[in-house]
Amino acid sequence: MSAPLLSVEGLRMHFFTKAGVVKAVDDVSFELERGRILGLVGESGSGKSMTGYSIMGLVDAPGRIVAGRISLNGTDLASLDERAWRKLRGNRVAMIFQDPMMTLNPVLRIDTQMVEAVLAHHAISRESALERCREGLARVGIASPDERLRSYPHQFSGGMRQRVAIAIALLNKPDLIIADEPTTALDVTIQGQILFEMQKLCRESGTGLIWITHDLSVVSGLADEVCVMYAGRIVESGTVDDVLEHPMHPYTRGLLDSVPSRNTPGRPLSQIPGMTPSLLRLGAACAFRERCPRAIDTCATAPASRAPLAGRTLRCVNPIA
Amino acid sequence: MLAFTIRRFGQSLFVLVVMSFLVFIGVYAIGNPIELLVNPQADEIERARATAALGLDKPILEQYGTFLARGAQGDLGRSFVFNVPAIQLILDRLPATLELALAAMVIAIALGIPLGLLAGLRPHSFAGRAIMAGSILGFSLPTFWVGLVLIMFFSVHLGWLPPNGRGETVALFGVQVSFLTWDGLKHLAMPALNLALFKLSLLIRLTRASTREAVLQDYVKYARAKGLGPRRVIGVHVLKNILIPIVTVIGLELGSVIAFAIITESIFAWPGTGKLLIDSINQLDRPVIVAYLLVIVTIFIAINFVVDVLYSVLDPRVRLGAAAAH
Amino acid sequence: MGVLADDDTTPAPAAAAPVESPWRRFASEFAESRLALLGLAMLVAIIALALAAPWVSPQNPYDLAQLDVMDSKLAPGERSSTTGKPYWLGTDDQGRDMLSGIFYGIRISLFVGVTSTVIALAIGLAMGLAAAYFGGKVDAVIMRIADIQLSFPSILIALVLLAMLGQGVGKIIVALVTVQWAYYARTVRSSAMVERQKEYIEAAQVLALSRPRIVFRHLLPNCLPPLIVVATVQVAHAIQLEAALSFLGLGLPITEPSIGLLISNGFQYLLSGKYWISFYPGLALLATIVAINLVADQLRDILNPRLKK
Repeated sequence: MSAPLLSVEGLRMHFFTKAGVVKAVDDVSFELERGRILGLVGESGSGKSMTGYSIMGLVDAPGRIVAGRISLNGTDLASLDERAWRKLRGNRVAMIFQDPMMTLNPVLRIDTQMVEAVLAHHAISRESALERCREGLARVGIASPDERLRSYPHQFSGGMRQRVAIAIALLNKPDLIIADEPTTALDVTIQGQILFEMQKLCRESGTGLIWITHDLSVVSGLADEVCVMYAGRIVESGTVDDVLEHPMHPYTRGLLDSVPSRNTPGRPLSQIPGMTPSLLRLGAACAFRERCPRAIDTCATAPASRAPLAGRTLRCVNPIA
Repeated sequence: MLAFTIRRFGQSLFVLVVMSFLVFIGVYAIGNPIELLVNPQADEIERARATAALGLDKPILEQYGTFLARGAQGDLGRSFVFNVPAIQLILDRLPATLELALAAMVIAIALGIPLGLLAGLRPHSFAGRAIMAGSILGFSLPTFWVGLVLIMFFSVHLGWLPPNGRGETVALFGVQVSFLTWDGLKHLAMPALNLALFKLSLLIRLTRASTREAVLQDYVKYARAKGLGPRRVIGVHVLKNILIPIVTVIGLELGSVIAFAIITESIFAWPGTGKLLIDSINQLDRPVIVAYLLVIVTIFIAINFVVDVLYSVLDPRVRLGAAAAH
Repeated sequence: MGVLADDDTTPAPAAAAPVESPWRRFASEFAESRLALLGLAMLVAIIALALAAPWVSPQNPYDLAQLDVMDSKLAPGERSSTTGKPYWLGTDDQGRDMLSGIFYGIRISLFVGVTSTVIALAIGLAMGLAAAYFGGKVDAVIMRIADIQLSFPSILIALVLLAMLGQGVGKIIVALVTVQWAYYARTVRSSAMVERQKEYIEAAQVLALSRPRIVFRHLLPNCLPPLIVVATVQVAHAIQLEAALSFLGLGLPITEPSIGLLISNGFQYLLSGKYWISFYPGLALLATIVAINLVADQLRDILNPRLKK
């Protein structure tokens, strides 16, 4: 049984603001095997993006990782200094962001932005780097790469830009890619294409992929495993089939029920009542308590993460059986 | 791109014509134009002769036409005080003013951008806050007073630098410049510094504000995610983005520096067009005033035009147009 | 909530804090910068001195009867040969007490600066609102004029105007107003344009008669924050410009000496070491401008939405 590619244990990342401490990531643990795809699902403010940034070491003040281990291929990332981080970023672990119009620098050419990603980690000639970029663009299905390389980001469509971002992520053949809502800003049809291509690329190259999203339907088509996050904690995790077919946490159940395709036409959509709690004011109780149809007295103490079945984790004292 | 340039050029010409009209009307509006275009000490016969000679008994539009026609050929009247063509006086003194203005801009840019970058990248550090406080002081200082203080300190008290005048000049491409001689530099130092102070402060603040905004942008985080070092992130990604608005501001400020040189030239007795203007105003040498205004207006319009074109060249989004859908 | 919201990468610490009055919040945000508080304190002190000048000055520098030419060009601290009272900041070439000259000079500089700013603000506001409200040709014409004027440096326009108009308080206010109105017009217009886009949706359902109401009730309050910042900065700018023009001999007449004139009077004595005639008035002017700019800076930071993370 080989060691997993990525192992996150007890990760805690807090923001120390003037208004108080925001526990953006609160005791998050999961593992990812080589070539597997993990979906990190949650709504806005659940801490999923922050988890991604923590793994990349891109947490800026006033945020800070306060506890936990992040182990990539055996290296503990949380203990690295900035220079060591720079060697890893874009090289062994790459990130794809949500809106490529914002993440690609509008005044620099595509080739500049691709070549610099290669040259930052490999001492090769610019020509060789450029060749690698051409191959990279071809791999994500962009035709006439030379013309594309000399263009600027605003000359591409949204889907094309995201393909470029994916190509950049793959340039140095990373072990792990973290994709933060990369298809949210795109058309549904393009979304489907990109999902399919990402899946293929990861399987072919054995790259691990963490796909951060708020959209369950994306996860069901794409991922192998899923972690559901709420208020900075993982409330449920397991394989996609297991969790989506037999959800145990009431929040997961609520999410599934609110997806339009799962509701009968003509009847009002089911909703989770209430609103997400403020991360500043998390008390000692389970964060979902106020909105939970199955809340009982013991929910006054936030439950720890258990493993009710093989391959599943759960944070609930009154789960759906 | 070409269409854009031609259109801007046309607009510039239009503005120039409009301004010339305003200047002309301004001269008219102050009263009897004879008073303005003829030596105030002339007697009745002189005036009658001048009236006819200058065509002032003709309708206004015709006079404006003559004015334009003569102006296009470079004839803008003769100075009362020096009795040479006004335009020649201006052009003789223009190199001195341009030299001063350019020296000031060079100082402002060479110091302003690095200091502003530093203040923008580390806004809460001691250096950052000191630079900001300094910049507030810098543009609050009254230019003319600073000039006096500089003279007080470096000329009277220390005796290092000469208090006025321009130094030795040598010819460079047919134009007399003084920054190539040691004596010239000694004379240039204080006026250039004086003139630069205000712009330097503005540039620091502008660079700082742009840098602070740029650093918050997603492309900076993304560049870091690619594993790029801070030197590349700041030096290429951030710098290229902030340079576009800064360059356009610099271009526009150049015109302003030429205007503010009027004050500096008065204090340091720098023989440029500004001093000429003040003297002319005090001596009622109106042809020179008119000539000065028209030359300055032309310079300004030319600068604005170049800046517009430059902006479209620098920003690829403007140059290459919006994205084509695929 | 059925549909999960768009992601945003920062956590949302939605505070359920007690509701603060906007004034108190404004005051506490302003007080975050100690420099700004210092500037405010200086400004209040300077304004107080300027207003109280006739009672606080040892001497009325405009009253020729009080001047003693025998006391001219005395260094700071020297005593009058006739009355024996010390001249704290020395005297100028006509025996005028520098300290009094400074008080009165600041008084007039502030008066000119604030008056011209207020008038320019009113005109600019009217023009900007008109441009935004009427749109089309009116907008194009007004903005074109404003743009052309703004592309020329203020000093040049003011110089030429004063050369044509001559000296006097009223004339210099006219020159300053002419130079400034365009800033306000442009600022107001861009704020108003943003608001106007929103209002059209409502206005489509409401009678056209309520448009004046829309202008005053909705456009105006939203234009105010950037206007306040511009106005504060412009007061400083107006004061500096007036001082520069007076220095050049084109601003206020000798009968109402502003700081600029005091400084230019002392210029000729600089090379012989009698620096105080120019130095101290300039220092006072500097203090005033710095105070205004410190306050304006903090106002701009508070009212600038783009820097709030």
